[in-house]
Amino acid sequence: MSAKIKHFPGEEIETKDFREGKVLFEAFRPKARYAWSAGIAISRFLEELKNGRIIASTCNKCKRIMVPPRIYCEKCFKPTDGWTFVRDTGVINTFSVSFIAADASRLKEPIVVAIINLDGASEGMGIVHRIEEYGDWRGIKIGMRVKAVWKPPEERVGAITDIKYFKPIKE
Amino acid sequence: MFGKKRVAIVGAGVTLFRRNLKETGKELAYHAAKMALEQAGMELRDIQSVVMGTAPDAFDGVHMKGEYLADGAGAYHKPYTRVFVGGGTGVFAPLAGWWHVASGQFDTCLVVCEEKMSSCHPHPQYAFTTIFDPILERPIGMNLIWIFALEMNRYMHKHNIKKEDIALVSVKNKRNALDNPIAQLAANITVEDVLNSEIMAWPVQRLDVSPTSDGAAATVLVSEDVAKEVTDNPVWIDGVGWCIDSTHWTDRDLYYPDYVEYAARMAYKMAGIKNPPKEIDVAEPYDPFDYKELHHMEGLLLCKKGEAPKLTREGVTQRDGDLPTCPSGGLLGCGNPIAAAGMMKVCEIFWQLRGEAGKRQVPGDPRTGVAQAWGDLMQYGSVIVLRR
Repeated sequence: MSAKIKHFPGEEIETKDFREGKVLFEAFRPKARYAWSAGIAISRFLEELKNGRIIASTCNKCKRIMVPPRIYCEKCFKPTDGWTFVRDTGVINTFSVSFIAADASRLKEPIVVAIINLDGASEGMGIVHRIEEYGDWRGIKIGMRVKAVWKPPEERVGAITDIKYFKPIKE
Repeated sequence: MFGKKRVAIVGAGVTLFRRNLKETGKELAYHAAKMALEQAGMELRDIQSVVMGTAPDAFDGVHMKGEYLADGAGAYHKPYTRVFVGGGTGVFAPLAGWWHVASGQFDTCLVVCEEKMSSCHPHPQYAFTTIFDPILERPIGMNLIWIFALEMNRYMHKHNIKKEDIALVSVKNKRNALDNPIAQLAANITVEDVLNSEIMAWPVQRLDVSPTSDGAAATVLVSEDVAKEVTDNPVWIDGVGWCIDSTHWTDRDLYYPDYVEYAARMAYKMAGIKNPPKEIDVAEPYDPFDYKELHHMEGLLLCKKGEAPKLTREGVTQRDGDLPTCPSGGLLGCGNPIAAAGMMKVCEIFWQLRGEAGKRQVPGDPRTGVAQAWGDLMQYGSVIVLRR
């Protein structure tokens, strides 16, 4: 974009040209599948979700109560020292009301997602999850108190989705 | 003196940025690299090392695309490194080029950044879903725009910032892009247009966001000795900085990018800059979303926390203001071929400092400029300070 340059390379094609078969291309759909190990810390976390509880790990050096839990403290770079339960209530740290899905397709009903700072964890620490039972989305505010809505015990499998969503609460 | 040798940029090149380009990634890399060499008055045989910056393989669907792109980047039979730090790649690649030369190992390094996002269907956004934690985050149905929306909302909340003020960035950058021959989305729009555009993920609306793009950009880096041989007006890399924050992004306060500040402090210390707003004449903060320009101005210490919207409202960041930001048109106006977009910012500062920016030239004979990029899970900052 120097004034000394007169020609910038690049031949534009329009999206519709793909659809109409005007450009030559090859299509490929990958079939890769993955199975992830949950790890030491998160396996414990998931087991406790199955029990309807949220567990955090603690570091005696920086005094943090950390959720999601880990087996090492990334700040002190040492093993964490123990486990403690935090509450299934908390505060909306920030949120978004999404009208698009992950592939950028449009949604008729929005999804509300939030970072929730959990009661009992160190300040500002929390998890990302969905918010439901909020009424009009324009009424959702940062700082609003929320509580987990759990699946019934027999339906829990040890997954983050054992918490169905968080809902606003008045206390 | 940082490093064994002082390093200069002596040439830059960039292709058109468009939603779909007919050229392959290799062809785009070739065009940008060739243009940068021609601008430097050099040939490939003068180049001792090559750095390639390019973002996720998933866009192209070609694994190890550093190798795939090597020929186009001029790397044939040369020491070659591909670097990748998410959206931060475009400014990190010239930092990697800097240490190739500053170390004394090479006298010349060709740095090429390429991105071809149009290969990924139906939309390259989907490739981003695999950046999230597979156990705790993907089951929630994460999508990329959410993390920007979460960050933007937190930033607005913390400083009580209105969407009207944030929209001014989109208006400014798309207008600046009208003077940029490579731009994809140059336009004269109003704040109302932004506020009335489709809600994607509140508070993010359609015109708050840069598009997906194809494109490439490149620079030629040389040692001081070579710079004196090939040009009368080198642009020096006087500061480099980079930093990453924790991957536990739900445990951080997203209202402020500490990691950008740490990267900026590293670069400013090296450049001897003590008062960034006074000493920096032109800036290209990373602007994939309009609020990000403001966020990054604050992280770059160009103003106090929460003050960037005020400077924008007062016109300070316009091309003829005291602190012009994104005179290129930025990602909002030019397009966002990830790694190439960051490198385009470095090219723009290079041309601004050489007085070659044509209709985009900021007045006042700028001597010092900064470019910055950002990436990964809201956690990576890369900063470069250039001086004439």
